[in-house]
Amino acid sequence: MFDTLKLLFSYDFIVRAMVAGGLVALCCALLGVSLVLKRFSMIGDGLSHVGFGALSVAAVMNVAPLAIAIPVVIVAAFFILKLGKDSKVQSDSAIALVSSVAIAIGVTVTSLSGGLNTDVYSYMFGSILAMSRTDVYISAALSVVVLILFFVFYHKIFAITFDSDFAKATGVKAEFYNMLIAVLTALTIVVGMRIMGTMLISSLIIFPTLSASAVVKGFRKVVIISGIVSVVCFFAGLYSSYSFNLPVGASIVLANFVVFSILMIVGKILRK
Amino acid sequence: MAQLRCENISVGYEDGIVVSDVSFELNRGDYVCIVGENGAGKSSLLKGILGLAKIQSGKIEYGDGIGRADVGYLPQQKDYQKNFPATVKEVVMSGFLNKMGLRPYYNKAEKEKAMAILQDFGMADYVKASFGSLSGGQKQRVLLARALCATDKLLLLDEPTTGLDPVATEELYELLKRLNREKKTTILMVSHDLNKAVSDAGLILHVNKRSGCGYFGPADKYLDSEAARHFLGLDCKDNKDEAETKSGNEADNGSGRKSPLLDKVEKGERYV
Repeated sequence: MFDTLKLLFSYDFIVRAMVAGGLVALCCALLGVSLVLKRFSMIGDGLSHVGFGALSVAAVMNVAPLAIAIPVVIVAAFFILKLGKDSKVQSDSAIALVSSVAIAIGVTVTSLSGGLNTDVYSYMFGSILAMSRTDVYISAALSVVVLILFFVFYHKIFAITFDSDFAKATGVKAEFYNMLIAVLTALTIVVGMRIMGTMLISSLIIFPTLSASAVVKGFRKVVIISGIVSVVCFFAGLYSSYSFNLPVGASIVLANFVVFSILMIVGKILRK
Repeated sequence: MAQLRCENISVGYEDGIVVSDVSFELNRGDYVCIVGENGAGKSSLLKGILGLAKIQSGKIEYGDGIGRADVGYLPQQKDYQKNFPATVKEVVMSGFLNKMGLRPYYNKAEKEKAMAILQDFGMADYVKASFGSLSGGQKQRVLLARALCATDKLLLLDEPTTGLDPVATEELYELLKRLNREKKTTILMVSHDLNKAVSDAGLILHVNKRSGCGYFGPADKYLDSEAARHFLGLDCKDNKDEAETKSGNEADNGSGRKSPLLDKVEKGERYV
Protein backbone atom coordinates (compact mmCIF):
# COMPACT_ATOMS: atom_id res chain seq x y z
CA MET A 1 0.00 0.00 0.00
CA PHE A 2 2.86 2.32 0.81
CA ASP A 3 4.32 1.76 -2.64
CA THR A 4 0.99 2.48 -4.27
CA LEU A 5 0.78 5.74 -2.35
CA LYS A 6 4.27 6.68 -3.39
CA LEU A 7 3.44 5.97 -6.99
CA LEU A 8 0.21 7.90 -6.60
CA PHE A 9 2.05 11.02 -5.53
CA SER A 10 4.46 10.80 -8.44
CA TYR A 11 1.73 11.60 -10.97
CA ASP A 12 1.06 15.27 -11.45
CA PHE A 13 -2.57 14.80 -12.44
CA ILE A 14 -3.26 12.73 -9.33
CA VAL A 15 -1.68 15.29 -7.04
CA ARG A 16 -3.79 17.99 -8.68
CA ALA A 17 -6.91 15.85 -8.31
CA MET A 18 -6.08 15.25 -4.66
CA VAL A 19 -5.50 18.88 -3.77
CA ALA A 20 -8.32 20.45 -5.77
CA GLY A 21 -10.75 17.58 -5.17
CA GLY A 22 -10.02 17.38 -1.45
CA LEU A 23 -10.66 21.10 -1.06
CA VAL A 24 -13.84 20.86 -3.12
CA ALA A 25 -14.99 17.95 -0.95
CA LEU A 26 -14.42 20.08 2.17
CA CYS A 27 -16.33 23.06 0.72
CA CYS A 28 -19.20 20.85 -0.42
CA ALA A 29 -19.52 19.33 3.05
CA LEU A 30 -19.57 22.69 4.86
CA LEU A 31 -21.95 24.38 2.45
CA GLY A 32 -24.00 21.19 2.41
CA VAL A 33 -24.68 21.41 6.15
CA SER A 34 -26.68 24.58 5.65
CA LEU A 35 -28.33 23.47 2.41
CA VAL A 36 -29.33 19.99 3.60
CA LEU A 37 -30.65 21.08 6.99
CA LYS A 38 -32.70 23.84 5.35
CA ARG A 39 -34.17 21.23 3.00
CA PHE A 40 -32.39 22.69 0.03
CA SER A 41 -30.38 19.56 -0.84
CA MET A 42 -31.50 19.48 -4.42
CA ILE A 43 -29.99 22.85 -5.22
CA GLY A 44 -26.63 21.11 -5.71
CA ASP A 45 -28.18 18.67 -8.12
CA GLY A 46 -29.87 21.45 -10.09
CA LEU A 47 -26.72 23.54 -10.31
CA SER A 48 -24.61 20.62 -11.50
CA HIS A 49 -27.05 19.99 -14.35
CA VAL A 50 -26.84 23.64 -15.30
CA GLY A 51 -23.06 23.26 -15.14
CA PHE A 52 -23.29 20.34 -17.56
CA GLY A 53 -25.32 22.41 -20.01
CA ALA A 54 -22.84 25.27 -19.80
CA LEU A 55 -19.78 23.02 -20.16
CA SER A 56 -21.26 21.27 -23.21
CA VAL A 57 -21.95 24.61 -24.86
CA ALA A 58 -18.41 25.74 -24.02
CA ALA A 59 -16.96 22.53 -25.50
CA VAL A 60 -18.86 23.06 -28.75
CA MET A 61 -17.89 26.72 -28.96
CA ASN A 62 -14.32 25.77 -28.16
CA VAL A 63 -13.87 28.28 -25.34
CA ALA A 64 -12.45 27.83 -21.86
CA PRO A 65 -15.09 25.77 -20.00
CA LEU A 66 -14.95 27.66 -16.70
CA ALA A 67 -15.31 31.08 -18.38
CA ILE A 68 -18.81 30.08 -19.48
CA ALA A 69 -19.82 27.67 -16.75
CA ILE A 70 -19.07 29.88 -13.73
CA PRO A 71 -21.25 32.89 -14.67
CA VAL A 72 -24.06 30.68 -15.99
CA VAL A 73 -24.22 28.58 -12.84
CA ILE A 74 -24.14 31.64 -10.59
CA VAL A 75 -27.06 33.13 -12.52
CA ALA A 76 -28.87 29.79 -12.17
CA ALA A 77 -28.29 29.85 -8.40
CA PHE A 78 -29.93 33.28 -8.15
CA PHE A 79 -32.74 32.10 -10.38
CA ILE A 80 -33.46 28.95 -8.36
CA LEU A 81 -33.52 30.85 -5.06
CA LYS A 82 -35.78 33.54 -6.53
CA LEU A 83 -38.15 31.05 -8.14
CA GLY A 84 -38.32 29.08 -4.93
CA LYS A 85 -39.49 32.12 -2.98
CA ASP A 86 -42.25 32.86 -5.46
CA SER A 87 -45.22 30.90 -4.21
CA LYS A 88 -46.42 30.15 -7.74
CA VAL A 89 -43.56 27.73 -8.44
CA GLN A 90 -42.48 25.39 -5.65
CA SER A 91 -38.74 25.27 -5.12
CA ASP A 92 -38.47 21.53 -5.87
CA SER A 93 -40.30 21.97 -9.17
CA ALA A 94 -38.20 25.04 -9.91
CA ILE A 95 -35.00 23.02 -9.51
CA ALA A 96 -36.34 20.13 -11.60
CA LEU A 97 -37.34 22.54 -14.36
CA VAL A 98 -34.01 24.31 -14.43
CA SER A 99 -32.07 20.98 -14.38
CA SER A 100 -33.90 19.34 -17.23
CA VAL A 101 -33.85 22.42 -19.43
CA ALA A 102 -30.10 22.76 -18.86
CA ILE A 103 -29.46 19.10 -19.71
CA ALA A 104 -31.68 19.41 -22.79
CA ILE A 105 -29.71 22.41 -24.00
CA GLY A 106 -26.40 20.64 -23.36
CA VAL A 107 -27.44 17.46 -25.17
CA THR A 108 -29.00 19.34 -28.11
CA VAL A 109 -25.95 21.51 -28.66
CA THR A 110 -23.67 18.48 -28.40
CA SER A 111 -25.63 16.42 -30.91
CA LEU A 112 -25.82 19.33 -33.36
CA SER A 113 -22.06 19.50 -33.29
CA GLY A 114 -21.48 15.80 -33.98
CA GLY A 115 -22.50 13.74 -30.99
CA LEU A 116 -21.11 12.80 -27.61
CA ASN A 117 -17.37 13.19 -27.40
CA THR A 118 -15.10 12.14 -24.56
CA ASP A 119 -15.21 15.61 -22.99
CA VAL A 120 -18.96 15.52 -22.63
CA TYR A 121 -18.87 11.94 -21.35
CA SER A 122 -16.42 12.91 -18.64
CA TYR A 123 -18.64 15.86 -17.63
CA MET A 124 -21.42 13.36 -17.04
CA PHE A 125 -19.51 10.83 -14.94
CA GLY A 126 -16.32 12.59 -13.97
CA SER A 127 -12.70 11.97 -14.73
CA ILE A 128 -9.57 11.74 -12.66
CA LEU A 129 -7.75 13.66 -15.38
CA ALA A 130 -10.07 16.64 -15.19
CA MET A 131 -8.28 18.90 -12.76
CA SER A 132 -6.00 21.54 -14.26
CA ARG A 133 -3.63 23.91 -12.52
CA THR A 134 -6.31 26.64 -12.68
CA ASP A 135 -8.74 24.34 -10.86
CA VAL A 136 -6.24 23.92 -8.06
CA TYR A 137 -6.01 27.71 -7.67
CA ILE A 138 -9.77 28.24 -7.86
CA SER A 139 -10.56 25.49 -5.39
CA ALA A 140 -7.90 26.77 -2.99
CA ALA A 141 -9.37 30.29 -3.14
CA LEU A 142 -12.89 28.93 -2.74
CA SER A 143 -12.06 26.88 0.31
CA VAL A 144 -10.36 29.86 1.94
CA VAL A 145 -13.55 31.89 1.44
CA VAL A 146 -15.79 29.09 2.69
CA LEU A 147 -13.61 28.49 5.76
CA ILE A 148 -13.57 32.20 6.62
CA LEU A 149 -17.32 32.29 6.20
CA PHE A 150 -17.72 29.40 8.61
CA PHE A 151 -15.28 30.74 11.18
CA VAL A 152 -16.37 34.36 11.22
CA PHE A 153 -20.09 34.04 10.55
CA TYR A 154 -20.62 30.64 12.16
CA HIS A 155 -23.37 31.77 14.53
CA LYS A 156 -25.16 33.70 11.83
CA ILE A 157 -25.06 30.67 9.56
CA PHE A 158 -26.45 28.56 12.36
CA ALA A 159 -29.24 31.07 12.93
CA ILE A 160 -30.30 31.36 9.30
CA THR A 161 -30.15 27.59 8.90
CA PHE A 162 -32.12 26.81 12.02
CA ASP A 163 -34.67 29.60 11.80
CA SER A 164 -34.25 32.24 9.14
CA ASP A 165 -37.35 34.16 10.28
CA PHE A 166 -35.92 34.62 13.76
CA ALA A 167 -32.53 35.52 12.33
CA LYS A 168 -34.08 38.13 10.06
CA ALA A 169 -36.17 39.51 12.91
CA THR A 170 -33.03 40.01 14.98
CA GLY A 171 -31.37 41.88 12.14
CA VAL A 172 -29.30 39.22 10.34
CA LYS A 173 -29.30 39.75 6.59
CA ALA A 174 -30.51 36.22 5.94
CA GLU A 175 -31.11 36.76 2.24
CA PHE A 176 -27.55 37.94 1.75
CA TYR A 177 -26.11 34.86 3.48
CA ASN A 178 -28.42 32.51 1.61
CA MET A 179 -27.31 34.06 -1.64
CA LEU A 180 -23.67 33.88 -0.60
CA ILE A 181 -24.03 30.19 0.23
CA ALA A 182 -25.76 29.55 -3.10
CA VAL A 183 -23.06 31.38 -5.07
CA LEU A 184 -20.25 29.56 -3.26
CA THR A 185 -22.06 26.28 -3.86
CA ALA A 186 -22.36 27.14 -7.54
CA LEU A 187 -18.59 27.79 -7.79
CA THR A 188 -17.70 24.66 -5.85
CA ILE A 189 -19.92 22.54 -8.04
CA VAL A 190 -18.50 23.86 -11.30
CA VAL A 191 -15.00 23.03 -10.13
CA GLY A 192 -15.92 19.70 -8.55
CA MET A 193 -18.29 18.30 -11.14
CA ARG A 194 -15.55 17.61 -13.66
CA ILE A 195 -13.84 15.17 -11.34
CA MET A 196 -17.07 13.85 -9.76
CA GLY A 197 -19.41 14.06 -12.74
CA THR A 198 -22.69 15.93 -13.15
CA MET A 199 -24.73 12.99 -11.94
CA LEU A 200 -22.69 12.40 -8.80
CA ILE A 201 -21.46 15.75 -7.44
CA SER A 202 -24.59 16.44 -5.38
CA SER A 203 -23.78 13.46 -3.18
CA LEU A 204 -20.71 15.36 -1.94
CA ILE A 205 -23.13 17.98 -0.61
CA ILE A 206 -25.71 15.65 0.88
CA PHE A 207 -23.88 12.59 2.25
CA PRO A 208 -21.46 14.20 4.74
CA THR A 209 -24.22 16.09 6.57
CA LEU A 210 -26.43 13.02 6.78
CA SER A 211 -23.52 10.86 7.95
CA ALA A 212 -22.56 13.38 10.63
CA SER A 213 -26.11 13.96 11.89
CA ALA A 214 -26.51 10.21 12.32
CA VAL A 215 -23.98 10.17 15.15
CA VAL A 216 -23.87 13.64 16.73
CA LYS A 217 -26.59 16.02 17.77
CA GLY A 218 -25.05 19.49 17.90
CA PHE A 219 -24.72 21.81 14.92
CA ARG A 220 -21.03 22.55 15.57
CA LYS A 221 -20.20 18.84 15.71
CA VAL A 222 -22.16 18.17 12.54
CA VAL A 223 -20.15 20.87 10.75
CA ILE A 224 -16.80 19.48 11.92
CA ILE A 225 -17.58 15.80 11.38
CA SER A 226 -19.13 16.30 7.97
CA GLY A 227 -15.98 18.11 6.85
CA ILE A 228 -13.79 15.24 8.06
CA VAL A 229 -16.06 12.54 6.62
CA SER A 230 -16.14 14.24 3.26
CA VAL A 231 -12.39 14.63 2.91
CA VAL A 232 -11.68 11.09 4.16
CA CYS A 233 -14.24 9.59 1.76
CA PHE A 234 -12.81 11.62 -1.08
CA PHE A 235 -9.31 10.23 -0.55
CA ALA A 236 -10.59 6.69 0.03
CA GLY A 237 -12.55 6.90 -3.22
CA LEU A 238 -9.66 8.37 -5.16
CA TYR A 239 -7.31 5.70 -3.82
CA SER A 240 -9.58 2.80 -4.70
CA SER A 241 -10.33 4.33 -8.06
CA TYR A 242 -6.63 4.36 -8.83
CA SER A 243 -5.79 0.94 -7.39
CA PHE A 244 -8.74 -1.00 -8.80
CA ASN A 245 -9.15 1.06 -11.96
CA LEU A 246 -12.67 2.22 -11.10
CA PRO A 247 -14.44 5.40 -12.19
CA VAL A 248 -13.39 8.07 -9.70
CA GLY A 249 -16.73 9.83 -9.06
CA ALA A 250 -18.57 6.58 -8.48
CA SER A 251 -15.87 5.31 -6.08
CA ILE A 252 -16.13 8.47 -4.00
CA VAL A 253 -19.93 8.24 -3.83
CA LEU A 254 -19.71 4.59 -2.80
CA ALA A 255 -17.12 5.43 -0.13
CA ASN A 256 -19.57 8.04 1.20
CA PHE A 257 -22.36 5.50 1.11
CA VAL A 258 -20.35 2.95 3.08
CA VAL A 259 -19.41 5.52 5.75
CA PHE A 260 -23.02 6.73 5.90
CA SER A 261 -24.31 3.18 6.44
CA ILE A 262 -21.76 2.48 9.15
CA LEU A 263 -22.50 5.74 10.97
CA MET A 264 -26.26 5.12 10.73
CA ILE A 265 -25.79 1.77 12.47
CA VAL A 266 -23.41 3.28 15.04
CA GLY A 267 -25.93 6.04 15.68
CA LYS A 268 -28.75 3.53 16.19
CA ILE A 269 -26.65 1.56 18.68
CA LEU A 270 -25.54 4.69 20.55
CA ARG A 271 -29.11 5.85 20.95
CA LYS A 272 -30.19 2.59 22.57
CA MET B 1 -44.55 57.12 25.97
CA ALA B 2 -45.48 53.95 24.09
CA GLN B 3 -42.88 51.25 23.41
CA LEU B 4 -44.39 50.46 20.06
CA ARG B 5 -46.88 52.50 18.08
CA CYS B 6 -48.44 51.29 14.88
CA GLU B 7 -50.38 53.85 12.90
CA ASN B 8 -52.66 52.68 10.09
CA ILE B 9 -50.22 50.00 9.00
CA SER B 10 -50.99 47.74 6.06
CA VAL B 11 -48.96 44.61 5.47
CA GLY B 12 -48.82 42.71 2.23
CA TYR B 13 -46.92 40.39 -0.06
CA GLU B 14 -46.46 40.46 -3.80
CA ASP B 15 -49.99 39.29 -4.49
CA GLY B 16 -51.80 41.90 -2.42
CA ILE B 17 -52.43 43.43 0.93
CA VAL B 18 -53.24 41.00 3.73
CA VAL B 19 -53.89 43.30 6.68
CA SER B 20 -54.75 46.93 6.36
CA ASP B 21 -55.23 49.93 8.50
CA VAL B 22 -54.29 48.53 11.87
CA SER B 23 -53.52 51.02 14.61
CA PHE B 24 -52.56 50.29 18.19
CA GLU B 25 -49.91 51.05 20.74
CA LEU B 26 -48.08 49.01 23.34
CA ASN B 27 -46.92 50.39 26.66
CA ARG B 28 -44.45 48.80 29.03
CA GLY B 29 -45.99 45.78 30.75
CA ASP B 30 -48.95 45.44 28.39
CA TYR B 31 -50.20 41.96 27.56
CA VAL B 32 -51.97 42.10 24.22
CA CYS B 33 -53.59 39.23 22.33
CA ILE B 34 -54.24 39.48 18.62
CA VAL B 35 -57.36 37.54 17.67
CA GLY B 36 -59.31 37.18 14.45
CA GLU B 37 -60.47 34.72 11.85
CA ASN B 38 -58.19 32.28 10.09
CA GLY B 39 -56.44 34.10 7.29
CA ALA B 40 -57.22 37.52 8.76
CA GLY B 41 -53.51 38.30 8.68
CA LYS B 42 -52.63 38.05 12.37
CA SER B 43 -49.25 36.42 11.70
CA SER B 44 -48.62 38.80 8.80
CA LEU B 45 -49.18 41.72 11.13
CA LEU B 46 -46.44 40.41 13.46
CA LYS B 47 -44.18 39.79 10.48
CA GLY B 48 -44.77 43.32 9.29
CA ILE B 49 -43.76 44.74 12.65
CA LEU B 50 -40.63 42.56 12.62
CA GLY B 51 -39.69 43.53 9.10
CA LEU B 52 -40.27 40.04 7.66
CA ALA B 53 -43.17 41.19 5.52
CA LYS B 54 -43.46 44.50 3.74
CA ILE B 55 -45.27 47.40 5.36
CA GLN B 56 -47.23 48.86 2.46
CA SER B 57 -48.41 51.97 4.25
CA GLY B 58 -48.64 53.54 7.69
CA LYS B 59 -45.85 53.84 10.18
CA ILE B 60 -44.28 52.01 13.09
CA GLU B 61 -42.59 53.93 15.86
CA TYR B 62 -40.51 52.64 18.75
CA GLY B 63 -40.14 54.60 21.96
CA ASP B 64 -39.61 54.30 25.71
CA GLY B 65 -36.03 53.10 25.32
CA ILE B 66 -36.99 50.39 22.83
CA GLY B 67 -35.42 50.06 19.41
CA ARG B 68 -35.82 47.74 16.51
CA ALA B 69 -33.23 45.38 18.05
CA ASP B 70 -35.07 45.08 21.37
CA VAL B 71 -37.86 42.91 20.04
CA GLY B 72 -37.91 39.22 20.91
CA TYR B 73 -39.75 36.88 18.58
CA LEU B 74 -41.20 33.40 19.01
CA PRO B 75 -42.15 32.25 15.52
CA GLN B 76 -44.28 29.28 14.59
CA GLN B 77 -42.19 26.11 14.49
CA LYS B 78 -41.18 24.78 11.13
CA ASP B 79 -41.29 21.19 9.96
CA TYR B 80 -37.60 20.80 9.31
CA GLN B 81 -36.73 21.82 12.87
CA LYS B 82 -38.11 18.53 14.17
CA ASN B 83 -34.91 16.58 13.50
CA PHE B 84 -32.51 19.48 13.32
CA PRO B 85 -29.12 18.59 14.82
CA ALA B 86 -28.72 21.45 17.30
CA THR B 87 -28.25 21.42 21.04
CA VAL B 88 -30.52 23.41 23.33
CA LYS B 89 -27.55 25.64 24.14
CA GLU B 90 -26.88 26.41 20.49
CA VAL B 91 -30.52 27.33 19.91
CA VAL B 92 -30.84 29.53 22.99
CA MET B 93 -27.54 31.32 22.43
CA SER B 94 -28.56 32.32 18.93
CA GLY B 95 -30.90 34.80 20.61
CA PHE B 96 -27.89 37.03 21.29
CA LEU B 97 -27.15 37.56 17.60
CA ASN B 98 -28.66 41.04 17.57
CA LYS B 99 -26.16 42.21 20.17
CA MET B 100 -23.09 40.66 18.58
CA GLY B 101 -22.43 42.90 15.62
CA LEU B 102 -19.25 41.59 14.02
CA ARG B 103 -17.98 39.79 17.13
CA PRO B 104 -17.81 36.15 16.01
CA TYR B 105 -18.20 34.45 19.41
CA TYR B 106 -20.48 34.71 22.44
CA ASN B 107 -18.99 36.20 25.58
CA LYS B 108 -19.11 34.94 29.12
CA ALA B 109 -21.87 37.25 30.31
CA GLU B 110 -24.09 36.03 27.48
CA LYS B 111 -23.43 32.39 28.34
CA GLU B 112 -24.31 33.04 31.99
CA LYS B 113 -27.48 34.88 31.09
CA ALA B 114 -28.61 32.05 28.80
CA MET B 115 -27.97 29.52 31.58
CA ALA B 116 -29.90 31.64 34.08
CA ILE B 117 -32.91 31.80 31.80
CA LEU B 118 -32.82 28.05 31.15
CA GLN B 119 -32.54 27.45 34.88
CA ASP B 120 -35.54 29.67 35.46
CA PHE B 121 -37.53 27.73 32.85
CA GLY B 122 -36.61 24.37 34.38
CA MET B 123 -34.55 23.42 31.33
CA ALA B 124 -31.06 23.52 32.87
CA ASP B 125 -30.66 19.75 32.61
CA TYR B 126 -31.26 19.84 28.89
CA VAL B 127 -28.49 22.24 27.89
CA LYS B 128 -26.62 19.58 25.93
CA ALA B 129 -29.69 17.69 24.73
CA SER B 130 -30.62 17.86 21.09
CA PHE B 131 -33.44 20.24 20.30
CA GLY B 132 -35.17 17.61 18.19
CA SER B 133 -35.45 15.17 21.10
CA LEU B 134 -37.46 17.54 23.32
CA SER B 135 -41.21 17.46 23.79
CA GLY B 136 -43.37 20.14 22.19
CA GLY B 137 -43.67 22.13 25.40
CA GLN B 138 -39.94 21.95 26.10
CA LYS B 139 -39.18 23.12 22.57
CA GLN B 140 -41.39 26.15 23.03
CA ARG B 141 -39.71 26.95 26.34
CA VAL B 142 -36.32 26.77 24.63
CA LEU B 143 -37.51 29.08 21.85
CA LEU B 144 -38.97 31.42 24.45
CA ALA B 145 -35.62 31.41 26.24
CA ARG B 146 -33.96 32.28 22.93
CA ALA B 147 -36.36 35.20 22.47
CA LEU B 148 -35.56 36.39 26.00
CA CYS B 149 -31.84 36.33 25.22
CA ALA B 150 -32.62 38.89 22.55
CA THR B 151 -34.61 41.04 24.98
CA ASP B 152 -36.90 40.86 27.96
CA LYS B 153 -38.58 44.15 27.09
CA LEU B 154 -40.92 43.29 24.27
CA LEU B 155 -41.92 39.81 23.06
CA LEU B 156 -43.85 38.99 19.90
CA LEU B 157 -45.32 35.49 19.85
CA ASP B 158 -47.05 33.71 16.99
CA GLU B 159 -49.54 31.10 18.22
CA PRO B 160 -47.06 29.66 20.71
CA THR B 161 -49.33 26.86 21.92
CA THR B 162 -50.04 25.26 18.54
CA GLY B 163 -49.60 21.51 18.81
CA LEU B 164 -49.06 21.47 22.58
CA ASP B 165 -51.02 19.23 24.93
CA PRO B 166 -53.27 20.91 27.51
CA VAL B 167 -50.71 20.67 30.32
CA ALA B 168 -47.88 22.14 28.27
CA THR B 169 -50.22 24.83 26.97
CA GLU B 170 -51.17 25.83 30.50
CA GLU B 171 -47.50 25.86 31.57
CA LEU B 172 -46.55 28.12 28.71
CA TYR B 173 -49.34 30.56 29.48
CA GLU B 174 -48.30 30.61 33.14
CA LEU B 175 -44.72 31.32 32.11
CA LEU B 176 -45.83 34.22 29.94
CA LYS B 177 -48.03 35.62 32.69
CA ARG B 178 -45.12 35.42 35.12
CA LEU B 179 -42.72 37.19 32.73
CA ASN B 180 -45.31 39.86 32.16
CA ARG B 181 -45.89 40.36 35.87
CA GLU B 182 -42.35 40.03 37.25
CA LYS B 183 -40.19 41.50 34.52
CA LYS B 184 -42.78 43.82 33.04
CA THR B 185 -42.15 42.18 29.69
CA THR B 186 -44.53 43.58 27.14
CA ILE B 187 -46.28 40.78 25.28
CA LEU B 188 -47.93 40.88 21.88
CA MET B 189 -49.27 37.42 21.04
CA VAL B 190 -51.27 35.99 18.18
CA SER B 191 -53.69 33.52 19.69
CA HIS B 192 -56.44 31.23 18.53
CA ASP B 193 -57.45 30.51 22.10
CA LEU B 194 -60.06 33.17 22.69
CA ASN B 195 -60.97 32.14 26.24
CA LYS B 196 -57.38 32.31 27.35
CA ALA B 197 -56.85 35.59 25.54
CA VAL B 198 -59.76 37.18 27.32
CA SER B 199 -58.77 35.82 30.73
CA ASP B 200 -54.99 36.41 30.61
CA ALA B 201 -54.42 39.42 28.40
CA GLY B 202 -55.07 42.95 29.47
CA LEU B 203 -55.84 44.09 25.95
CA ILE B 204 -57.29 42.52 22.84
CA LEU B 205 -56.55 43.51 19.28
CA HIS B 206 -59.08 42.07 16.85
CA VAL B 207 -57.94 41.96 13.24
CA ASN B 208 -60.45 41.53 10.44
CA LYS B 209 -59.71 39.99 7.11
CA ARG B 210 -58.68 42.83 4.78
CA SER B 211 -60.63 45.47 6.65
CA GLY B 212 -58.27 46.20 9.48
CA CYS B 213 -58.73 46.79 13.12
CA GLY B 214 -62.03 45.52 14.48
CA TYR B 215 -61.37 46.17 18.13
CA PHE B 216 -58.53 47.40 20.27
CA GLY B 217 -59.18 47.82 23.93
CA PRO B 218 -59.51 46.14 27.32
CA ALA B 219 -60.01 42.39 27.23
CA ASP B 220 -62.97 42.44 29.59
CA LYS B 221 -64.96 44.70 27.28
CA TYR B 222 -64.02 42.77 24.14
CA LEU B 223 -66.87 40.29 24.27
CA ASP B 224 -69.39 43.12 24.21
CA SER B 225 -67.88 44.58 21.08
CA GLU B 226 -69.30 44.45 17.59
CA ALA B 227 -66.17 42.71 16.29
CA ALA B 228 -66.40 39.90 18.83
CA ARG B 229 -70.05 39.28 18.10
CA HIS B 230 -69.36 38.95 14.39
CA PHE B 231 -66.31 36.80 15.04
CA LEU B 232 -68.28 34.41 17.22
CA GLY B 233 -71.13 34.40 14.78
CA LEU B 234 -73.69 35.30 17.38
CA ASP B 235 -75.54 38.28 18.51
CA CYS B 236 -75.52 37.50 22.18
CA LYS B 237 -72.31 37.34 24.15
CA ASP B 238 -73.15 34.36 26.33
CA ASN B 239 -71.95 31.54 24.12
CA LYS B 240 -68.33 32.54 24.01
CA ASP B 241 -67.24 28.92 24.31
CA GLU B 242 -68.25 28.38 20.73
CA ALA B 243 -65.41 30.59 19.65
CA GLU B 244 -62.93 27.81 19.16
CA THR B 245 -65.17 25.52 17.20
CA LYS B 246 -65.86 28.23 14.69
CA SER B 247 -63.10 29.16 12.41
CA GLY B 248 -62.92 27.68 8.91
CA ASN B 249 -66.41 28.50 7.69
CA GLU B 250 -66.45 31.84 9.35
CA ALA B 251 -63.23 32.87 7.71
CA ASP B 252 -64.76 32.55 4.27
CA ASN B 253 -67.94 34.50 4.65
CA GLY B 254 -66.73 36.70 7.46
CA SER B 255 -65.60 39.51 5.23
CA GLY B 256 -68.98 39.59 3.55
CA ARG B 257 -70.74 40.85 6.65
CA LYS B 258 -69.33 44.17 7.60
CA SER B 259 -69.93 45.80 10.90
CA PRO B 260 -70.79 49.49 10.99
CA LEU B 261 -67.59 49.97 12.95
CA LEU B 262 -65.54 48.85 9.99
CA ASP B 263 -67.30 50.90 7.38
CA LYS B 264 -65.28 53.93 8.18
CA VAL B 265 -62.00 52.15 7.51
CA GLU B 266 -63.24 50.70 4.23
CA LYS B 267 -61.50 52.05 1.20
CA GLY B 268 -62.63 49.70 -1.52
CA GLU B 269 -59.97 50.32 -4.14
CA ARG B 270 -57.18 49.13 -1.87
CA TYR B 271 -58.45 45.60 -1.58
CA VAL B 272 -57.60 42.96 -4.06
